[in-house]
Amino acid sequence: MTRRKFIETGAKGIALASIPLVFRANPLAAFTGPDEVTGGLSDYYGHFGVDEAIIRKVMGAALERGGDYCDIFFQHTISNDIGLEDNIVNRAYSSIDYGVGIRVIEGDQTGYSFTEEITPEAMIKAAKTAANIANESKNIPPVSMKLRESADYYPIKTRWEDVIIDRKIPYLRKINDLVLAKDSRIIKSRIWFSDEASYILVATSDGVIAYDYQPMTMLYATCNAEENGNREQSGYSLGGRYGIEHFTEENIGRLADMAVKRTVGLFKAIKPAAGEMEVVLAPGSSGILLHEAIGHGMEADFNRKEISIFSDKIDKPVAENFVTIIDNGTNLNTRGSINIDDEGNPSQLTYLVKDGILRSYLHDRISSRHYGVKPTGNGRRQSFRYPPIPRMRNTYMANGPHSREEIIKSVKKGLYAESFTNGEVRIGPGDFTFYVKSGYMIENGELTYPVKDINIIGNGPDVLKKIVMVADDLKLDEGGWTCGKNGQMVPVSQGLPTVKVSSITVGGVNA
Amino acid sequence: MNNKEILELAHWVIAQAKKAGADDTAVNLTKQRSIEIGFRDRKLEELTESTQNSLSLDIYSGGKYSSHSTNDLRRGELEKFINEAVSMTKYLNEDPFRTLPDPKYYTGQENIDLKLMDAEYEKIESNQRVDIAREIEDTALGQSDRIISVNSGYSDGHFMTAKVHSNGFEGWREESSYSAGVSVTIHDDGDGRPQDYEWVVVRFLRDLPPPSKLGEKAVERSLEKIGQTKMPSGVYDMVVENRAASRLLGNLGDPLRGRSLQQKSSFLEGKLGSKIASEKFTVIDDPLIIGGLGSRLFDGEGMATRRRLIIDHGILKEYFIDTYYGKKLGMEPTIGSPTNVVFEYGDKSAEEIIKDIKKGIYVTSFIGGNSNSTTGDFSTGIIGMYIEDGKIIKPVNEMNISGNQIDFWNQLVEVGNDPYIYSSMRRPTLHFRDVQFSGI
Repeated sequence: MTRRKFIETGAKGIALASIPLVFRANPLAAFTGPDEVTGGLSDYYGHFGVDEAIIRKVMGAALERGGDYCDIFFQHTISNDIGLEDNIVNRAYSSIDYGVGIRVIEGDQTGYSFTEEITPEAMIKAAKTAANIANESKNIPPVSMKLRESADYYPIKTRWEDVIIDRKIPYLRKINDLVLAKDSRIIKSRIWFSDEASYILVATSDGVIAYDYQPMTMLYATCNAEENGNREQSGYSLGGRYGIEHFTEENIGRLADMAVKRTVGLFKAIKPAAGEMEVVLAPGSSGILLHEAIGHGMEADFNRKEISIFSDKIDKPVAENFVTIIDNGTNLNTRGSINIDDEGNPSQLTYLVKDGILRSYLHDRISSRHYGVKPTGNGRRQSFRYPPIPRMRNTYMANGPHSREEIIKSVKKGLYAESFTNGEVRIGPGDFTFYVKSGYMIENGELTYPVKDINIIGNGPDVLKKIVMVADDLKLDEGGWTCGKNGQMVPVSQGLPTVKVSSITVGGVNA
Repeated sequence: MNNKEILELAHWVIAQAKKAGADDTAVNLTKQRSIEIGFRDRKLEELTESTQNSLSLDIYSGGKYSSHSTNDLRRGELEKFINEAVSMTKYLNEDPFRTLPDPKYYTGQENIDLKLMDAEYEKIESNQRVDIAREIEDTALGQSDRIISVNSGYSDGHFMTAKVHSNGFEGWREESSYSAGVSVTIHDDGDGRPQDYEWVVVRFLRDLPPPSKLGEKAVERSLEKIGQTKMPSGVYDMVVENRAASRLLGNLGDPLRGRSLQQKSSFLEGKLGSKIASEKFTVIDDPLIIGGLGSRLFDGEGMATRRRLIIDHGILKEYFIDTYYGKKLGMEPTIGSPTNVVFEYGDKSAEEIIKDIKKGIYVTSFIGGNSNSTTGDFSTGIIGMYIEDGKIIKPVNEMNISGNQIDFWNQLVEVGNDPYIYSSMRRPTLHFRDVQFSGI
């Protein structure tokens, strides 16, 4: 399908998921030890009840019809959500997801199968199914497995499985109290606390074996306010690959503050006049511009198939020379960060655009082979149910030569876009949109009245050329974004310094 | 697991939950088998086969509520899972509104066979699947020398759901589905690579359109996009193609739900019995269409379904109210979410509607955008065709529409006779007067 959706987690109600408190009585017990979050390879083997001999056996079955390559992806994810509504903590959701995916590649053809039973028999059966993609009499000699060590970009103090529910509940009550105390116009508040612990183990027929413990958490506050019979709703989220220690008094305070501010701020907001105008993007979540305008178009599967508007533009100028755009999996504790990708490749910082020149696509194994380049660590998947494909991680723009004041001053009449909910792009034509939940009009170099609920639409390569000013105040968004592609959702983040686009179409009224 | 084993497991889970201390439990067990095929460059690009299970349980214990799911169905693991689930529930606050549905709502299921399972499903063979995808691609490739890339695909699935509640409900559903289609990317005269797709979902194999038709249609839709431009901002008539119209109706989903009403986030609160749309707008929720993609005899809470008139000539007749929010609101529960949403159709085809437009835009696709369910304000990107004096003149893109839902649905002046049949939302072509477009 051609639609790329980009939905802010929680904006439509946080998806259900998760499991009860501690998980001491099950396979996770393999990970004992006081403060150590991850064990070694033998702990992961123990966790999934496998060893190198079983893995080799499964690989043998996967390659028995002559595939070039295979990989095996084990996953165990435990997630929890607790919700507060109408002033009581009255709902909790938990889920366990457990299984193994087996992929066989022959050229650029993929056979895929998975099983929720991690037994040698079930895995061999799945491997034989995936093997069917190939039909040759090759015989790939076995290689020895070597552990690929990786950096830890998301150190946390306590594993989420060890944080019991009664430690989490006070946060919900506290945020609810703060929100209600802040402004008498708030009539309803809903607070969610989500956490997730994911254990993954990847083995490839190239002989790579790698594992990772991937924590994730999010606090989300939604408020409804009423003033003179009018109502508004908005919210704020705070999260990433953190432990519970991230939710300090200060951070909780800011979350409550922002949730209230974003909601009551809408009462004065109006819709701007429709049409093309100058648009200034506030630092932070406005990195959604990059995600939609260029990020998806740089995912190498779309380029390998020549269906992206960026397909023939590598090494060509695409923006002013002060524009540098990065996709990075190594930002500390950030939502889109990964120590390894889901093909076992190390994470890295990848330049999409450096000094205005288009540099690199985002690769998975198939595309890096196709282009004869090194993998960039972008092969990601939603779960063991899906084969990996090229995906973004944290996508942002480096600082530029201008200042925020200078940028706002330079605008005679335009829009200042501050908070966002979602976006979408069509890869081939390059049409993209993002939805501005709130912002301001700029008139004669000053922010004037607030505006709300406006869609912005443009063309990727065209808008990149129209980025005429970039400030030096880069901020990565601190909330939660989830990106959808080919039916697979993955966590991502994004960022931007204050940026000016010289002209783009703003959805408004009374043209 | 076979049907009998699935039901047995559900009853075992209820017994275990009771043993662990739950007062009431609702169990849902699903088993799903699917095969997906992707075809490109005249070869099989991707083949995915899977079988999966999932179990979810809602626990009601001492006036407290929690919900849990797992796909690890080993009995030993399940027992631990259920014990943990019940014990974590104790930490929550009591909520007097949280109960299983009153068993009176379980009764009165229609005694009909909805025909949700294709008897042919077990007979389909691997090469048939591949042949469908191959033929779609073949046909598409032959349509134009502007084609850059064609991705065709086929998938089918078999789903089983068992639902057992501790207060007396037991339900079972078995369904099949087939999907096929293709997306096509072509060269325009400049840098752009217009693309479009044609994908269908059906319940029975015999209802799949001929593969060649899918290929032809997708290429035709892509070619129509060559030379897209944006038009000046202004007020235009808007005709929305039936396929694209689901997006507009989707904007009404949240505001119609009990949760939004109770949480004060619906612009439709207090509007029952009043006019919210033009008299051309009549919508029925019909769970009982034979073979319908959204058909069901019981809903997600086990309540017996029936036909409901949601909007009658512009008058709002019913919301979608589940047990929990019904109790909170002091309202009778209806059904928590839509089944098959069916328009009352008009008598004109899309062509006939377009013929009467003086200056308008025919929207074939929406892109991005959002709708504020609290206020009804919306803004959405569009892709389509410019119409002048009843004729399609040129393709347009990079434009937005904006407005408020209530004004907008009152501007609906014509409803087509052409329901889109590959969806549980059977929507025809829609014609709205005086819509605010932004462009140049």
